[in-house]
Amino acid sequence: MKHAHAQSRDSVKMAAGQQWVLVEMVQAFYEAPAYHLILEGILILWIIRLLFSKTYKLQERSDLTEKEKEELIEEWQPEPLVPPVSKDHPSLNYDVVTGPPSHKIIVNGKECINFASFNFLGLLDSERVKLKALLSLKKYGVGTCGPRGFYGTFDVHLELEERLAKFMRTEEAIIYSYGFATIASAIPAYSKRGDIIFVDEAACFSIQKGLQASRSFVKHFKHNDMEDLERLLKEQEIEDQKNPRKARVIRRFIVVEGLYINTADICPLPDLVKLKYKYKVRIFLEESMSFGVLGEHGRGVTEHFGVNIDDIDLISANMENALASIGGFCCGRSFVIDHQRLSGQGYCFSASLPPMLASAAIEALNIMEEDPGIFRVLQDKCKHVHKALQGTPGLKVVGEPLAPALHLQLENSTGSRTNDLKLLRAIVDYSMDRQIALTLARYLEKEERFLPPPSIRVVVTVEQTQEEIERAAQCIREAAVKILK
Amino acid sequence: MNIMKISHPALLHHASCTSLYKKPFVESFEETPLLVAVLTYMGYGILTIFGYLRDFLRDWKFEKCHLAREREEQKDFVPLYQDFENFYTRNLYMRIRDNWNRPICSVPGAKMDLLERVTPDYNWTFEHTGNVLKDVINMGSYNYLGFAENTGTCADAASECTVKYGVGVSSTRQEIGNLDKHEELEILVARFLGVESSMAFGMGFATNSMNIPALTGKGCLILSDELNHASLVLGARLSGSTIRVFKHNNMQSLEKLLRDAIVHGQPRTHRPWKKILILVEGIYSMEGSIVRLPEVIALKKKYKAYLYLDEAHSIGALGPRGRGVVDYFGLDPSDVDIMMGTFTKSFGAAGGYIGGKKELIDYLRLHSHSTVYATSMSPPIIQQIITSMKCIMGEDGSTLGQERLCQLSENTTYFRRRLHEMGFIIYGNNDSPVVPLMLYMPAKIGAFGREMLKRNIGTVVVGFPATPIIESRARFCVSAAHTREMLDKALNAISEVGDLLQLKYSRKNRHGNEGSDSFSFLESHQD
Repeated sequence: MKHAHAQSRDSVKMAAGQQWVLVEMVQAFYEAPAYHLILEGILILWIIRLLFSKTYKLQERSDLTEKEKEELIEEWQPEPLVPPVSKDHPSLNYDVVTGPPSHKIIVNGKECINFASFNFLGLLDSERVKLKALLSLKKYGVGTCGPRGFYGTFDVHLELEERLAKFMRTEEAIIYSYGFATIASAIPAYSKRGDIIFVDEAACFSIQKGLQASRSFVKHFKHNDMEDLERLLKEQEIEDQKNPRKARVIRRFIVVEGLYINTADICPLPDLVKLKYKYKVRIFLEESMSFGVLGEHGRGVTEHFGVNIDDIDLISANMENALASIGGFCCGRSFVIDHQRLSGQGYCFSASLPPMLASAAIEALNIMEEDPGIFRVLQDKCKHVHKALQGTPGLKVVGEPLAPALHLQLENSTGSRTNDLKLLRAIVDYSMDRQIALTLARYLEKEERFLPPPSIRVVVTVEQTQEEIERAAQCIREAAVKILK
Repeated sequence: MNIMKISHPALLHHASCTSLYKKPFVESFEETPLLVAVLTYMGYGILTIFGYLRDFLRDWKFEKCHLAREREEQKDFVPLYQDFENFYTRNLYMRIRDNWNRPICSVPGAKMDLLERVTPDYNWTFEHTGNVLKDVINMGSYNYLGFAENTGTCADAASECTVKYGVGVSSTRQEIGNLDKHEELEILVARFLGVESSMAFGMGFATNSMNIPALTGKGCLILSDELNHASLVLGARLSGSTIRVFKHNNMQSLEKLLRDAIVHGQPRTHRPWKKILILVEGIYSMEGSIVRLPEVIALKKKYKAYLYLDEAHSIGALGPRGRGVVDYFGLDPSDVDIMMGTFTKSFGAAGGYIGGKKELIDYLRLHSHSTVYATSMSPPIIQQIITSMKCIMGEDGSTLGQERLCQLSENTTYFRRRLHEMGFIIYGNNDSPVVPLMLYMPAKIGAFGREMLKRNIGTVVVGFPATPIIESRARFCVSAAHTREMLDKALNAISEVGDLLQLKYSRKNRHGNEGSDSFSFLESHQD
């Protein structure tokens, strides 16, 4: 063995190019201690074993046999696809409206006066709008059969975008085919992972979904509380100073609504613009409730406060309230809006707005432009309704006098949301029996971040007469007295 | 179905799959020829170099910059866009931008009228000359059954509905926007699909992105196909569940994921998953492939997962009675837990629906984001859907629906066969009305679109990022409204352009041995 060993060492050394004399080699071999040789022998055997063993996979947790796996598969029981819903859940059966949702609406078989649809300018019943929609239907058919990129862009879409941009006095506008998807697609188009968004606590659900889709850091500030927002902005500034290189690429946004749908009050826009320039944050303004309502010509909260519209980076609104059509739009400078044509998910990957709905929106815009007096009328009616509802026993009016959609909340809650809802529903039913159509404000209770208290929604439209408003207020008062005693 | 316990997953696939398909399932995705791939990469490389050059010239003001700029007052804000994010848009997309967003001014039917656009500055801005290109053959709109029309019963019914109901609704389903028309539509859709109950929504994209989060949440697993639509991906992301992707239409990959998921449970904690949801589409619009539904259902039953089937393109377009991919394979609709689809494509309207068991729909009525926060559908749109659906079902007393279904199927077969014979590389299933034709090279994308428009044919071309970078394609949507003459005219034009641009890449045997090719069972990916 030793000879063989010596020979192998011999050949190894020869192969390495060293000229060892055989004698010297054997001498070194004999002089080497025993443990050294044994160690080398073990090492060589170990190397040979490693060379021939199987590769070790790190991910393989194959300590389960096939039989055990089959048993696990057999045993696993998933939850039912949806949890069971009780038959008498209060929201399960919707109120059914027979016929058009106009000023005189037929709900559950009873004819009522409509205080529940967001038909602020009364354009749902307008004959002019219906006529234009019909003409458009006769020319284009109903659907567009494609997204905007693939022959889904009609000349009416281009016209509507131009008209909206001109009306709002911005450079460009972009149309979406669904109101909810407008702000929910706009926010993730600009704000990505790592960016920071400051948003009001009372922001509506579509904004919340947009924030979730954007994967940015979201910081909430107390509703309409500019000091709280400034505190957050100052904290962010301190963070930035710690890491200036990172701070130079993180985008910041403030997302607010012009007129909040959940609390019916107006955001302090001039203060926000001041904060914008002080802390270098961009403002996204959601104007679904204030477009066509506030301002001398109905241009929304920017006109109401006299703020330069270029100071707001993006204005988003849906066309389903004042314009009485379907869909939504964003307007602003071309620099900002053009980006959405390739990165707005709800724009690129979805079919475009049916042309008849776009024509209806154009005609509604025409009506708004021709007669700016209706905004004054609407604002007066809002103040009137606000005053008339004051003093209802047991209910408090939540919202500003200028807001067209008020909330009536219980002054003293019973303690449980379900009971509150039952009481409010009883008031609504009572009113509907007396021909006043109202509705509960609906929320997804488990999904909302800051769930507003239960309330009844009262909507003001230009079509409501003085007498109808008085009747409604009287009815609600009676209902409150009877049910909330 | 008698499923045996077999140790090796591949054996399950082999043993039962042959009996699941009632007719041959022929799909082909021919491999990219090597030379073409090399040239395509070279093409992109040259374009990138030129892109950098042009950016350099623009920065140093040698070239006029057409891009919109930030406001002077906001110059010291953090930039809204990163330069490299828009590199592709500025330098590649802009050059061939005239192939997209082409405005039309007529019904998007079999023939349409396009507004002529000219660009004085290489696609940075467009001007409308006022001319109208009349009677351009429309191979791009999703008009499978030809219901995009402005005359006929559908249009008349929709007109009546507009006069009676108006156009808007201005309220949500749960508040006061639930019209009697909505209930009528939902009952009809449930009957059409063969399910217990259904629900309709105003936008197809939003149907996915608002309802998947209502069905799954944290602790659930979503297995989604590689090539799923953006709306499915967004819905899965918003739900907060864990998402795992399986290879496109590959049942072994799906089975492996299912086994691993059930055996190993949630990552790190190893708790069992609450539920597993498989997201697939009926027809994949970029590939033209049809989902292997019988196998997916077999897997779903074996592993107790739930199946969400998005039939955006396949409803109305597949199946002898037009009821979609379930009808095409002759399966039971109650096997699919959630059947989703859109009304935009085959019904010529807008919106989406979900159909399934009554418990599912009741739950969605309470918890879907759309019923609580989004305005309900517009009445004339609903009427269009009702009329067209009744027509397809034959309930309006005519055979128009059945005729159109047959016409679509004939047109599809004819169109695909002729293109295949000409030597183009066509992807997808032989029965799918979506026909992707491979272009590969970036310059050919622009050239194809423009050359076809010169010959009065409107086509859709797609490139990166909707497709993998070297697999750009032209996508044709065959419609029942296309007559044989229109298809022939289109085919001749395609052949001409194909010769001009050297697009006939296919190396498969196109003449003669067609018979043996098209009846091979389960010809899957040839990777």
